[in-house]
Amino acid sequence: MHPAFSVIFLTTLIGVAQGLFLAVFAIDLVSYIGLSELPMPSFIVAGCAMSVLFAALGLLASFWHLGRPERAWRAATMWRTSWLSREVIVLPAFLASVAAYGFTYATGSVWSIPLGVLALIACIALFVCTGMIYACLRFLQEWASPLTLVNYFLLGCASGFTFATLLASLLAPAYTEVLATWSIGLTTVALAVRAAMLARNARLRPKSTVQSAIGVKHPKVQQKSQGAMGGSFNTREFSHGRTRGFLRSVKWAFLLLAFPLPALLLWLGASSGAAAVLALAFAVQYVGLLAERWFFFAQANHPQNLYYQAIS
Amino acid sequence: MTQLALVIDLNVCVGCHACVTSCKEWNTSGVAGFLSDENPYDKDPTGTFFNRVQTYEVGEFPCTETVHFPKSCLHCEDPPCVPVCPTGASYKRKEDGIVLVDYDKCIGCKYCAWACPYGAREIDEKQQVMKKCTLCVDRIYDQAIPEAQRKPACVVACPTNARLYGDIHDPDSEVSRAIRERGGYALMPEWGTEPANHYLPRRKGTVAVDADQVSRIDSPLNVDGRIPGTLAALIAEAQAAADPASAPAAGGR
Ligand code: SF4
Ligand code: SF4
Repeated sequence: MHPAFSVIFLTTLIGVAQGLFLAVFAIDLVSYIGLSELPMPSFIVAGCAMSVLFAALGLLASFWHLGRPERAWRAATMWRTSWLSREVIVLPAFLASVAAYGFTYATGSVWSIPLGVLALIACIALFVCTGMIYACLRFLQEWASPLTLVNYFLLGCASGFTFATLLASLLAPAYTEVLATWSIGLTTVALAVRAAMLARNARLRPKSTVQSAIGVKHPKVQQKSQGAMGGSFNTREFSHGRTRGFLRSVKWAFLLLAFPLPALLLWLGASSGAAAVLALAFAVQYVGLLAERWFFFAQANHPQNLYYQAIS
Repeated sequence: MTQLALVIDLNVCVGCHACVTSCKEWNTSGVAGFLSDENPYDKDPTGTFFNRVQTYEVGEFPCTETVHFPKSCLHCEDPPCVPVCPTGASYKRKEDGIVLVDYDKCIGCKYCAWACPYGAREIDEKQQVMKKCTLCVDRIYDQAIPEAQRKPACVVACPTNARLYGDIHDPDSEVSRAIRERGGYALMPEWGTEPANHYLPRRKGTVAVDADQVSRIDSPLNVDGRIPGTLAALIAEAQAAADPASAPAAGGR
Protein backbone atom coordinates (compact mmCIF):
# COMPACT_ATOMS: atom_id res chain seq x y z
CA MET A 1 0.00 0.00 0.00
CA HIS A 2 1.01 3.59 -0.45
CA PRO A 3 1.79 5.00 3.02
CA ALA A 4 -0.17 8.25 3.35
CA PHE A 5 1.40 10.64 5.82
CA SER A 6 -2.00 11.90 6.93
CA VAL A 7 -2.88 8.43 8.22
CA ILE A 8 0.61 7.86 9.64
CA PHE A 9 0.30 11.05 11.68
CA LEU A 10 -3.29 10.32 12.63
CA THR A 11 -2.58 6.86 14.02
CA THR A 12 0.65 7.75 15.82
CA LEU A 13 -0.65 11.01 17.32
CA ILE A 14 -3.86 9.54 18.69
CA GLY A 15 -1.79 6.63 20.00
CA VAL A 16 0.31 9.05 22.07
CA ALA A 17 -2.85 10.83 23.23
CA GLN A 18 -4.45 7.57 24.34
CA GLY A 19 -1.34 6.24 26.08
CA LEU A 20 -0.79 9.55 27.84
CA PHE A 21 -4.36 9.62 29.08
CA LEU A 22 -4.07 6.04 30.33
CA ALA A 23 -0.88 6.92 32.25
CA VAL A 24 -2.40 10.00 33.82
CA PHE A 25 -5.67 8.32 34.72
CA ALA A 26 -3.86 5.30 36.15
CA ILE A 27 -1.93 7.56 38.49
CA ASP A 28 -5.09 9.41 39.45
CA LEU A 29 -6.88 6.14 40.24
CA VAL A 30 -4.00 4.68 42.20
CA SER A 31 -3.79 7.77 44.39
CA TYR A 32 -7.58 8.02 44.61
CA ILE A 33 -7.87 4.61 46.22
CA GLY A 34 -5.02 5.61 48.49
CA LEU A 35 -2.23 3.37 47.19
CA SER A 36 0.06 6.31 46.62
CA GLU A 37 0.34 9.94 47.49
CA LEU A 38 -1.63 12.48 45.50
CA PRO A 39 0.23 13.79 42.48
CA MET A 40 0.45 17.49 41.76
CA PRO A 41 -2.87 18.49 40.16
CA SER A 42 -0.87 20.33 37.50
CA PHE A 43 0.49 16.96 36.31
CA ILE A 44 -2.96 15.48 35.75
CA VAL A 45 -4.27 18.64 34.14
CA ALA A 46 -1.23 19.11 31.92
CA GLY A 47 -1.41 15.43 30.95
CA CYS A 48 -5.05 15.80 29.88
CA ALA A 49 -4.30 19.01 28.01
CA MET A 50 -1.44 17.39 26.10
CA SER A 51 -3.55 14.32 25.40
CA VAL A 52 -6.30 16.52 23.97
CA LEU A 53 -3.71 18.40 21.93
CA PHE A 54 -2.21 15.22 20.46
CA ALA A 55 -5.66 13.82 19.66
CA ALA A 56 -6.72 17.12 18.06
CA LEU A 57 -3.58 17.14 15.93
CA GLY A 58 -4.38 13.59 14.89
CA LEU A 59 -7.93 14.58 14.00
CA LEU A 60 -6.57 17.46 11.95
CA ALA A 61 -4.23 15.09 10.10
CA SER A 62 -7.16 12.82 9.28
CA PHE A 63 -8.99 15.64 7.50
CA TRP A 64 -5.99 16.00 5.30
CA HIS A 65 -6.55 12.44 4.09
CA LEU A 66 -10.04 13.14 2.74
CA GLY A 67 -10.74 14.21 -0.79
CA ARG A 68 -13.84 16.09 0.41
CA PRO A 69 -13.14 17.18 3.99
CA GLU A 70 -16.15 19.51 3.99
CA ARG A 71 -18.38 16.43 3.98
CA ALA A 72 -16.53 14.69 6.82
CA TRP A 73 -19.58 14.76 9.10
CA ARG A 74 -21.24 12.23 6.83
CA ALA A 75 -18.64 9.67 7.92
CA ALA A 76 -20.44 9.26 11.24
CA THR A 77 -23.52 7.72 9.63
CA MET A 78 -22.56 4.11 8.90
CA TRP A 79 -21.36 3.04 12.34
CA ARG A 80 -23.44 -0.13 12.10
CA THR A 81 -21.14 -1.64 9.51
CA SER A 82 -18.00 0.45 9.18
CA TRP A 83 -15.08 0.53 11.62
CA LEU A 84 -13.96 3.77 10.02
CA SER A 85 -17.31 5.33 10.82
CA ARG A 86 -17.06 4.07 14.40
CA GLU A 87 -13.63 5.65 14.72
CA VAL A 88 -15.02 8.92 13.39
CA ILE A 89 -17.52 8.88 16.29
CA VAL A 90 -15.24 7.56 19.02
CA LEU A 91 -12.27 9.88 18.37
CA PRO A 92 -14.18 13.12 19.14
CA ALA A 93 -15.87 11.33 22.05
CA PHE A 94 -12.47 10.43 23.46
CA LEU A 95 -11.23 13.97 22.94
CA ALA A 96 -14.26 15.48 24.65
CA SER A 97 -14.28 13.07 27.58
CA VAL A 98 -10.56 13.58 28.29
CA ALA A 99 -11.10 17.33 28.17
CA ALA A 100 -14.07 17.01 30.54
CA TYR A 101 -12.11 14.77 32.87
CA GLY A 102 -9.18 17.22 32.97
CA PHE A 103 -11.50 20.14 33.54
CA THR A 104 -13.43 18.51 36.39
CA TYR A 105 -10.16 17.40 37.95
CA ALA A 106 -8.81 20.94 37.81
CA THR A 107 -11.96 22.29 39.44
CA GLY A 108 -11.90 19.56 42.07
CA SER A 109 -15.32 18.22 41.09
CA VAL A 110 -16.47 14.81 42.27
CA TRP A 111 -17.32 14.04 38.67
CA SER A 112 -13.70 13.69 37.64
CA ILE A 113 -13.46 9.95 38.33
CA PRO A 114 -16.71 8.98 36.53
CA LEU A 115 -15.70 11.15 33.60
CA GLY A 116 -12.28 9.54 33.66
CA VAL A 117 -13.92 6.11 33.44
CA LEU A 118 -15.94 7.36 30.48
CA ALA A 119 -12.75 8.55 28.83
CA LEU A 120 -11.16 5.19 29.59
CA ILE A 121 -13.97 3.38 27.76
CA ALA A 122 -13.66 5.76 24.82
CA CYS A 123 -9.90 5.26 24.84
CA ILE A 124 -10.14 1.45 24.63
CA ALA A 125 -12.92 1.69 22.02
CA LEU A 126 -10.71 3.98 19.96
CA PHE A 127 -7.85 1.49 20.06
CA VAL A 128 -10.23 -1.25 18.87
CA CYS A 129 -11.68 0.92 16.07
CA THR A 130 -8.31 2.05 14.79
CA GLY A 131 -6.91 -1.46 14.79
CA MET A 132 -10.02 -3.00 13.24
CA ILE A 133 -10.00 -0.54 10.33
CA TYR A 134 -6.94 -2.44 9.15
CA ALA A 135 -7.49 -5.86 10.66
CA CYS A 136 -10.96 -6.25 9.12
CA LEU A 137 -9.67 -6.14 5.53
CA ARG A 138 -9.29 -9.89 5.18
CA PHE A 139 -7.42 -9.94 1.90
CA LEU A 140 -4.76 -7.58 3.19
CA GLN A 141 -3.21 -10.60 4.86
CA GLU A 142 -0.42 -8.62 6.56
CA TRP A 143 -3.06 -6.68 8.50
CA ALA A 144 -5.78 -9.28 8.99
CA SER A 145 -4.62 -10.48 12.38
CA PRO A 146 -5.33 -9.72 16.05
CA LEU A 147 -1.67 -8.74 16.28
CA THR A 148 -2.56 -5.55 14.41
CA LEU A 149 -4.86 -4.48 17.25
CA VAL A 150 -2.41 -5.47 19.96
CA ASN A 151 0.37 -3.62 18.16
CA TYR A 152 -1.64 -0.40 17.91
CA PHE A 153 -2.55 -0.69 21.56
CA LEU A 154 0.96 -1.37 22.84
CA LEU A 155 2.69 1.22 20.70
CA GLY A 156 0.13 3.86 21.69
CA CYS A 157 0.61 2.99 25.35
CA ALA A 158 4.41 2.89 25.11
CA SER A 159 4.71 6.29 23.45
CA GLY A 160 2.04 7.82 25.71
CA PHE A 161 3.77 6.54 28.84
CA THR A 162 7.09 7.89 27.56
CA PHE A 163 5.53 11.31 27.20
CA ALA A 164 3.95 10.96 30.65
CA THR A 165 7.40 10.19 32.06
CA LEU A 166 8.71 13.40 30.57
CA LEU A 167 5.76 15.32 31.98
CA ALA A 168 6.25 13.75 35.42
CA SER A 169 9.92 14.71 35.50
CA LEU A 170 8.78 18.32 35.11
CA LEU A 171 5.62 18.37 37.25
CA ALA A 172 5.55 15.30 39.49
CA PRO A 173 9.10 13.99 39.95
CA ALA A 174 7.92 11.37 42.45
CA TYR A 175 6.25 9.50 39.62
CA THR A 176 9.09 9.72 37.09
CA GLU A 177 10.68 6.44 38.00
CA VAL A 178 7.53 4.30 38.12
CA LEU A 179 6.31 5.77 34.82
CA ALA A 180 9.71 5.18 33.22
CA THR A 181 9.62 1.56 34.40
CA TRP A 182 6.15 1.08 32.93
CA SER A 183 7.20 2.78 29.76
CA ILE A 184 10.25 0.55 29.35
CA GLY A 185 8.10 -2.49 30.10
CA LEU A 186 5.46 -1.52 27.54
CA THR A 187 8.14 -0.76 24.97
CA THR A 188 9.67 -4.20 25.53
CA VAL A 189 6.36 -6.03 25.19
CA ALA A 190 5.55 -3.93 22.12
CA LEU A 191 8.85 -4.98 20.57
CA ALA A 192 8.01 -8.63 21.17
CA VAL A 193 4.60 -8.21 19.53
CA ARG A 194 6.03 -6.26 16.60
CA ALA A 195 8.67 -8.93 16.11
CA ALA A 196 5.94 -11.59 16.15
CA MET A 197 4.09 -9.57 13.50
CA LEU A 198 7.20 -9.35 11.34
CA ALA A 199 7.78 -13.08 11.69
CA ARG A 200 4.15 -13.83 10.80
CA ASN A 201 4.22 -11.57 7.77
CA ALA A 202 7.50 -13.01 6.55
CA ARG A 203 5.86 -16.43 6.40
CA LEU A 204 2.62 -15.35 4.74
CA ARG A 205 1.66 -16.95 1.48
CA PRO A 206 -0.56 -14.80 -0.70
CA LYS A 207 -3.93 -16.49 -1.13
CA SER A 208 -4.46 -14.92 -4.51
CA THR A 209 -2.27 -15.56 -7.50
CA VAL A 210 -2.28 -14.21 -11.01
CA GLN A 211 -3.97 -17.51 -11.92
CA SER A 212 -6.90 -16.94 -9.57
CA ALA A 213 -6.96 -13.26 -10.52
CA ILE A 214 -7.73 -13.92 -14.18
CA GLY A 215 -8.93 -17.50 -13.82
CA VAL A 216 -6.43 -19.16 -16.15
CA LYS A 217 -5.07 -22.33 -14.63
CA HIS A 218 -1.65 -22.43 -16.22
CA PRO A 219 1.52 -22.37 -14.13
CA LYS A 220 3.00 -19.70 -16.34
CA VAL A 221 0.98 -16.53 -16.73
CA GLN A 222 2.63 -13.21 -17.34
CA GLN A 223 1.04 -9.81 -17.62
CA LYS A 224 1.88 -7.94 -20.80
CA SER A 225 -0.21 -4.79 -20.46
CA GLN A 226 -2.46 -3.23 -17.83
CA GLY A 227 -4.60 -1.12 -20.08
CA ALA A 228 -2.88 2.19 -19.36
CA MET A 229 0.66 3.39 -19.91
CA GLY A 230 0.87 6.51 -17.78
CA GLY A 231 -0.16 4.85 -14.52
CA SER A 232 -3.50 5.01 -12.79
CA PHE A 233 -5.02 5.27 -9.34
CA ASN A 234 -4.34 1.56 -9.05
CA THR A 235 -0.61 1.98 -9.56
CA ARG A 236 -0.38 5.00 -7.23
CA GLU A 237 -2.53 3.99 -4.27
CA PHE A 238 -1.43 0.41 -3.76
CA SER A 239 2.35 0.52 -3.99
CA HIS A 240 5.00 2.29 -1.97
CA GLY A 241 7.20 2.81 -5.03
CA ARG A 242 10.44 2.16 -3.13
CA THR A 243 13.07 -0.51 -3.41
CA ARG A 244 13.23 -3.57 -1.20
CA GLY A 245 16.45 -2.19 0.23
CA PHE A 246 14.71 0.99 1.30
CA LEU A 247 11.97 -1.03 2.96
CA ARG A 248 14.54 -3.07 4.82
CA SER A 249 16.31 0.08 6.04
CA VAL A 250 13.03 1.50 7.35
CA LYS A 251 12.39 -1.77 9.16
CA TRP A 252 15.74 -1.71 10.94
CA ALA A 253 15.36 2.02 11.62
CA PHE A 254 12.06 1.56 13.44
CA LEU A 255 13.24 -1.56 15.23
CA LEU A 256 16.04 0.59 16.66
CA LEU A 257 14.33 3.97 17.07
CA ALA A 258 10.98 2.87 18.48
CA PHE A 259 12.22 0.28 20.96
CA PRO A 260 15.75 -0.15 22.39
CA LEU A 261 16.96 3.42 21.93
CA PRO A 262 14.06 5.15 23.74
CA ALA A 263 14.14 2.43 26.41
CA LEU A 264 17.80 3.21 27.04
CA LEU A 265 17.14 6.96 27.07
CA LEU A 266 14.19 6.46 29.45
CA TRP A 267 16.40 4.57 31.84
CA LEU A 268 19.15 7.20 31.61
CA GLY A 269 16.67 10.06 31.96
CA ALA A 270 14.76 8.57 34.86
CA SER A 271 17.85 7.64 36.84
CA SER A 272 19.39 11.08 36.37
CA GLY A 273 16.12 13.01 36.44
CA ALA A 274 17.13 14.93 33.33
CA ALA A 275 14.01 16.10 31.49
CA ALA A 276 16.03 16.81 28.34
CA VAL A 277 17.01 13.14 28.05
CA LEU A 278 13.38 12.08 28.52
CA ALA A 279 12.31 14.57 25.88
CA LEU A 280 14.86 13.04 23.57
CA ALA A 281 13.50 9.59 24.44
CA PHE A 282 10.01 10.65 23.38
CA ALA A 283 11.23 12.36 20.22
CA VAL A 284 13.28 9.34 19.18
CA GLN A 285 10.41 6.96 19.88
CA TYR A 286 7.94 9.11 17.96
CA VAL A 287 10.20 9.23 14.91
CA GLY A 288 10.56 5.47 15.27
CA LEU A 289 6.77 5.11 15.32
CA LEU A 290 6.45 7.20 12.15
CA ALA A 291 8.84 4.75 10.51
CA GLU A 292 6.95 1.81 12.00
CA ARG A 293 3.65 3.06 10.59
CA TRP A 294 5.19 3.79 7.21
CA PHE A 295 6.46 0.24 7.11
CA PHE A 296 3.11 -1.13 8.28
CA PHE A 297 1.46 0.37 5.20
CA ALA A 298 4.25 -0.30 2.76
CA GLN A 299 4.50 -3.96 3.70
CA ALA A 300 0.86 -4.72 3.01
CA ASN A 301 0.56 -6.23 -0.43
CA HIS A 302 -2.88 -5.71 -1.93
CA PRO A 303 -4.17 -8.50 -4.19
CA GLN A 304 -5.19 -5.89 -6.76
CA ASN A 305 -1.48 -5.49 -7.51
CA LEU A 306 -1.71 -8.81 -9.35
CA TYR A 307 -3.48 -6.87 -12.09
CA TYR A 308 -0.75 -4.22 -12.22
CA GLN A 309 2.49 -6.11 -12.77
CA ALA A 310 3.55 -4.79 -16.17
CA ILE A 311 2.88 -1.62 -18.12
CA SER A 312 3.36 -2.80 -21.69
CA MET B 1 -34.36 -10.95 -6.98
CA THR B 2 -32.51 -9.61 -9.94
CA GLN B 3 -28.74 -9.47 -10.21
CA LEU B 4 -27.63 -7.75 -13.36
CA ALA B 5 -24.14 -8.64 -14.52
CA LEU B 6 -21.75 -8.98 -17.40
CA VAL B 7 -20.39 -12.25 -18.68
CA ILE B 8 -17.18 -11.80 -20.61
CA ASP B 9 -16.05 -14.39 -23.10
CA LEU B 10 -12.25 -14.53 -23.03
CA ASN B 11 -12.36 -16.92 -25.95
CA VAL B 12 -13.74 -14.20 -28.16
CA CYS B 13 -12.24 -10.96 -26.83
CA VAL B 14 -9.65 -9.66 -29.28
CA GLY B 15 -8.37 -6.89 -27.02
CA CYS B 16 -9.53 -4.01 -29.24
CA HIS B 17 -10.45 -1.71 -26.30
CA ALA B 18 -13.71 -0.71 -27.99
CA CYS B 19 -15.52 -1.32 -24.68
CA VAL B 20 -13.02 0.95 -22.90
CA THR B 21 -13.53 3.88 -25.23
CA SER B 22 -17.28 3.36 -25.45
CA CYS B 23 -17.53 3.23 -21.64
CA LYS B 24 -15.42 6.33 -21.23
CA GLU B 25 -17.43 8.21 -23.84
CA TRP B 26 -20.79 7.34 -22.34
CA ASN B 27 -19.83 7.86 -18.74
CA THR B 28 -17.86 11.05 -19.19
CA SER B 29 -20.85 12.63 -20.93
CA GLY B 30 -23.47 11.60 -18.41
CA VAL B 31 -25.46 13.46 -15.80
CA ALA B 32 -23.06 12.33 -13.07
CA GLY B 33 -20.29 14.48 -14.50
CA PHE B 34 -17.08 13.82 -16.36
CA LEU B 35 -14.38 11.24 -15.67
CA SER B 36 -11.35 13.42 -15.28
CA ASP B 37 -8.06 12.92 -17.05
CA GLU B 38 -4.65 14.40 -16.46
CA ASN B 39 -2.24 15.09 -19.34
CA PRO B 40 -4.55 13.27 -21.78
CA TYR B 41 -2.47 14.34 -24.79
CA ASP B 42 0.86 14.69 -23.06
CA LYS B 43 3.58 12.68 -21.43
CA ASP B 44 2.33 10.24 -18.76
CA PRO B 45 -1.39 10.49 -19.48
CA THR B 46 -3.57 9.20 -16.68
CA GLY B 47 -7.24 9.30 -15.90
CA THR B 48 -10.33 7.73 -14.44
CA PHE B 49 -11.75 4.68 -16.17
CA PHE B 50 -14.48 2.23 -15.24
CA ASN B 51 -13.19 -0.46 -17.49
CA ARG B 52 -9.75 -1.51 -18.65
CA VAL B 53 -8.55 -4.22 -20.99
CA GLN B 54 -5.39 -5.95 -19.93
CA THR B 55 -3.29 -8.51 -21.74
CA TYR B 56 -1.65 -11.62 -20.37
CA GLU B 57 0.65 -14.19 -21.94
CA VAL B 58 -0.04 -17.75 -20.94
CA GLY B 59 2.58 -20.45 -21.44
CA GLU B 60 6.20 -20.40 -22.46
CA PHE B 61 7.57 -19.29 -25.80
CA PRO B 62 6.94 -20.61 -28.42
CA CYS B 63 3.85 -22.30 -26.99
CA THR B 64 2.15 -19.13 -25.79
CA GLU B 65 -1.37 -17.88 -25.85
CA THR B 66 -2.47 -14.28 -25.55
CA VAL B 67 -5.38 -13.58 -23.23
CA HIS B 68 -7.09 -10.22 -23.42
CA PHE B 69 -8.80 -9.55 -20.15
CA PRO B 70 -11.37 -6.77 -19.69
CA LYS B 71 -11.69 -5.75 -16.04
CA SER B 72 -14.33 -3.60 -14.35
CA CYS B 73 -16.36 -3.69 -11.15
CA LEU B 74 -17.80 -7.18 -10.79
CA HIS B 75 -20.89 -6.04 -8.81
CA CYS B 76 -20.15 -8.63 -6.16
CA GLU B 77 -23.12 -10.27 -4.47
CA ASP B 78 -21.30 -9.93 -1.14
CA PRO B 79 -19.33 -6.76 -1.86
CA PRO B 80 -16.61 -6.08 0.73
CA CYS B 81 -16.42 -2.47 -0.49
CA VAL B 82 -19.92 -1.57 0.73
CA PRO B 83 -19.98 -2.22 4.51
CA VAL B 84 -16.66 -0.43 5.05
CA CYS B 85 -17.88 2.86 3.59
CA PRO B 86 -18.32 5.28 6.51
CA THR B 87 -20.77 7.57 4.75
CA GLY B 88 -23.10 5.14 3.03
CA ALA B 89 -22.03 6.58 -0.32
CA SER B 90 -21.23 3.05 -1.52
CA TYR B 91 -24.28 0.87 -1.70
CA LYS B 92 -25.74 -2.13 -3.45
CA ARG B 93 -29.15 -1.71 -5.00
CA LYS B 94 -31.75 -4.20 -3.82
CA GLU B 95 -33.75 -4.13 -7.03
CA ASP B 96 -31.03 -5.10 -9.51
CA GLY B 97 -27.85 -5.78 -7.52
CA ILE B 98 -25.84 -2.96 -9.05
CA VAL B 99 -23.14 -1.58 -6.72
CA LEU B 100 -23.05 2.20 -6.94
CA VAL B 101 -21.35 5.23 -5.40
CA ASP B 102 -23.36 8.30 -4.50
CA TYR B 103 -20.97 11.03 -5.65
CA ASP B 104 -22.77 13.60 -3.51
CA LYS B 105 -22.10 11.69 -0.30
CA CYS B 106 -18.61 10.33 -0.92
CA ILE B 107 -15.86 12.02 1.11
CA GLY B 108 -13.02 10.49 -0.91
CA CYS B 109 -11.50 8.53 1.96
CA LYS B 110 -10.56 5.68 -0.43
CA TYR B 111 -11.31 3.03 2.17
CA CYS B 112 -13.65 1.18 -0.22
CA ALA B 113 -10.87 0.96 -2.80
CA TRP B 114 -8.69 -0.71 -0.17
CA ALA B 115 -11.53 -3.14 0.50
CA CYS B 116 -11.97 -4.22 -3.12
CA PRO B 117 -9.59 -7.07 -3.94
CA TYR B 118 -9.97 -6.47 -7.67
CA GLY B 119 -8.81 -2.87 -7.93
CA ALA B 120 -12.11 -1.98 -9.57
CA ARG B 121 -12.50 1.43 -7.95
CA GLU B 122 -10.62 4.55 -8.97
CA ILE B 123 -10.68 7.94 -7.34
CA ASP B 124 -11.46 10.86 -9.62
CA GLU B 125 -8.46 13.07 -8.97
CA LYS B 126 -10.31 16.26 -9.94
CA GLN B 127 -13.63 15.69 -8.19
CA GLN B 128 -12.07 13.71 -5.32
CA VAL B 129 -14.84 11.15 -5.17
CA MET B 130 -14.69 7.42 -5.77
CA LYS B 131 -15.76 6.13 -9.18
CA LYS B 132 -16.46 2.74 -10.61
CA CYS B 133 -18.54 0.90 -13.19
CA THR B 134 -22.26 1.67 -12.83
CA LEU B 135 -23.33 -0.98 -15.34
CA CYS B 136 -24.60 2.09 -17.22
CA VAL B 137 -27.48 2.43 -14.79
CA ASP B 138 -28.36 5.70 -16.59
CA ARG B 139 -28.75 3.86 -19.87
CA ILE B 140 -30.21 0.41 -19.27
CA TYR B 141 -33.52 1.79 -17.99
CA ASP B 142 -33.75 4.76 -20.35
CA GLN B 143 -37.10 4.51 -22.17
CA ALA B 144 -35.95 7.17 -24.64
CA ILE B 145 -33.47 4.93 -26.40
CA PRO B 146 -34.39 1.94 -28.57
CA GLU B 147 -34.90 -1.19 -26.53
CA ALA B 148 -32.12 -3.11 -28.26
CA GLN B 149 -29.67 -0.50 -27.06
CA ARG B 150 -30.72 -0.50 -23.41
CA LYS B 151 -27.52 -2.30 -22.46
CA PRO B 152 -24.25 -1.09 -20.98
CA ALA B 153 -22.23 0.93 -23.48
CA CYS B 154 -19.41 -1.63 -23.48
CA VAL B 155 -21.78 -4.44 -24.46
CA VAL B 156 -23.18 -2.46 -27.36
CA ALA B 157 -19.70 -1.53 -28.56
CA CYS B 158 -18.06 -4.95 -28.50
CA PRO B 159 -17.44 -5.98 -32.12
CA THR B 160 -16.97 -9.66 -31.31
CA ASN B 161 -19.92 -10.01 -28.95
CA ALA B 162 -17.56 -11.02 -26.16
CA ARG B 163 -19.67 -9.19 -23.60
CA LEU B 164 -23.01 -10.64 -22.59
CA TYR B 165 -25.34 -8.78 -20.27
CA GLY B 166 -28.33 -9.88 -18.25
CA ASP B 167 -29.75 -11.21 -15.01
CA ILE B 168 -27.67 -14.05 -13.58
CA HIS B 169 -30.43 -14.93 -11.12
CA ASP B 170 -32.79 -15.80 -13.95
CA PRO B 171 -31.82 -19.37 -14.88
CA ASP B 172 -33.12 -18.97 -18.42
CA SER B 173 -31.28 -15.77 -19.26
CA GLU B 174 -28.57 -15.73 -21.89
CA VAL B 175 -25.93 -15.02 -19.23
CA SER B 176 -27.06 -17.82 -16.92
CA ARG B 177 -27.02 -20.28 -19.79
CA ALA B 178 -23.58 -19.12 -20.86
CA ILE B 179 -22.22 -19.53 -17.32
CA ARG B 180 -23.79 -22.96 -17.01
CA GLU B 181 -22.96 -24.38 -20.40
CA ARG B 182 -19.64 -22.77 -21.14
CA GLY B 183 -17.85 -23.05 -17.82
CA GLY B 184 -18.36 -19.49 -16.56
CA TYR B 185 -16.20 -18.69 -13.54
CA ALA B 186 -15.65 -15.92 -10.98
CA LEU B 187 -12.40 -14.05 -10.27
CA MET B 188 -10.53 -14.70 -7.00
CA PRO B 189 -13.19 -17.03 -5.58
CA GLU B 190 -10.96 -17.44 -2.51
CA TRP B 191 -12.32 -14.24 -0.93
CA GLY B 192 -15.98 -15.21 -1.01
CA THR B 193 -17.06 -11.94 -2.62
CA GLU B 194 -19.29 -13.80 -5.08
CA PRO B 195 -18.73 -11.57 -8.07
CA ALA B 196 -21.82 -11.22 -10.23
CA ASN B 197 -19.74 -10.74 -13.36
CA HIS B 198 -18.40 -13.99 -14.74
CA TYR B 199 -15.81 -14.91 -17.33
CA LEU B 200 -16.01 -17.63 -19.95
CA PRO B 201 -12.75 -19.52 -20.34
CA ARG B 202 -10.49 -19.77 -23.35
CA ARG B 203 -11.07 -22.86 -25.42
CA LYS B 204 -8.23 -24.74 -27.09
CA GLY B 205 -8.53 -24.10 -30.82
CA THR B 206 -8.90 -27.26 -32.93
CA VAL B 207 -8.93 -27.35 -36.72
CA ALA B 208 -10.18 -30.47 -38.42
CA VAL B 209 -7.76 -31.54 -41.21
CA ASP B 210 -8.30 -34.71 -43.16
CA ALA B 211 -5.95 -36.64 -45.36
CA ASP B 212 -7.58 -35.48 -48.58
CA GLN B 213 -6.70 -31.88 -47.80
CA VAL B 214 -3.06 -32.71 -47.18
CA SER B 215 -2.67 -34.57 -50.44
CA ARG B 216 -4.59 -31.88 -52.31
CA ILE B 217 -7.10 -34.15 -53.88
CA ASP B 218 -8.86 -31.12 -55.31
CA SER B 219 -5.83 -29.92 -57.27
CA PRO B 220 -6.60 -29.65 -60.98
CA LEU B 221 -3.26 -31.31 -61.67
CA ASN B 222 -4.11 -34.30 -59.58
CA VAL B 223 -4.13 -37.69 -61.21
CA ASP B 224 -5.92 -40.31 -59.27
CA GLY B 225 -3.84 -43.22 -58.14
CA ARG B 226 -0.58 -41.29 -58.12
CA ILE B 227 -0.90 -40.09 -54.59
CA PRO B 228 1.09 -38.88 -52.74
CA GLY B 229 3.38 -36.43 -54.46
CA THR B 230 1.20 -35.99 -57.48
CA LEU B 231 2.45 -32.53 -58.22
CA ALA B 232 6.15 -33.34 -57.74
CA ALA B 233 5.82 -36.32 -60.01
CA LEU B 234 4.19 -34.25 -62.73
CA ILE B 235 6.95 -31.64 -62.56
CA ALA B 236 9.66 -34.28 -62.78
CA GLU B 237 7.95 -35.81 -65.76
CA ALA B 238 7.75 -32.48 -67.51
CA GLN B 239 11.45 -31.80 -66.88
CA ALA B 240 12.42 -35.18 -68.23
CA ALA B 241 10.50 -34.53 -71.38
CA ALA B 242 12.20 -31.15 -71.93
CA ASP B 243 15.82 -32.14 -71.17
CA PRO B 244 16.39 -35.88 -70.76
CA ALA B 245 20.14 -35.47 -69.96
CA SER B 246 19.75 -33.41 -66.79
CA ALA B 247 16.55 -34.85 -65.46
CA PRO B 248 17.29 -37.06 -62.48
CA ALA B 249 13.91 -38.61 -62.69
CA ALA B 250 14.65 -39.94 -66.21
CA GLY B 251 17.36 -42.30 -64.94
CA GLY B 252 19.22 -44.39 -67.58
CA ARG B 253 22.70 -43.07 -66.73
S1 SF4 C 1 -15.56 -5.66 -7.80
FE1 SF4 C 1 -14.76 -4.43 -6.11
S2 SF4 C 1 -15.87 -2.50 -6.26
FE2 SF4 C 1 -17.03 -3.97 -7.45
S3 SF4 C 1 -18.56 -4.79 -6.03
FE3 SF4 C 1 -16.80 -6.19 -5.97
S4 SF4 C 1 -15.55 -5.46 -4.28
FE4 SF4 C 1 -16.98 -3.79 -4.78
S1 SF4 D 1 -14.19 6.87 -0.81
FE1 SF4 D 1 -16.37 7.45 -0.79
S2 SF4 D 1 -17.46 5.60 -1.40
FE2 SF4 D 1 -15.40 4.97 -0.77
S3 SF4 D 1 -15.52 4.43 1.39
FE3 SF4 D 1 -14.92 6.60 1.32
S4 SF4 D 1 -16.86 7.72 1.38
FE4 SF4 D 1 -17.39 5.60 0.89
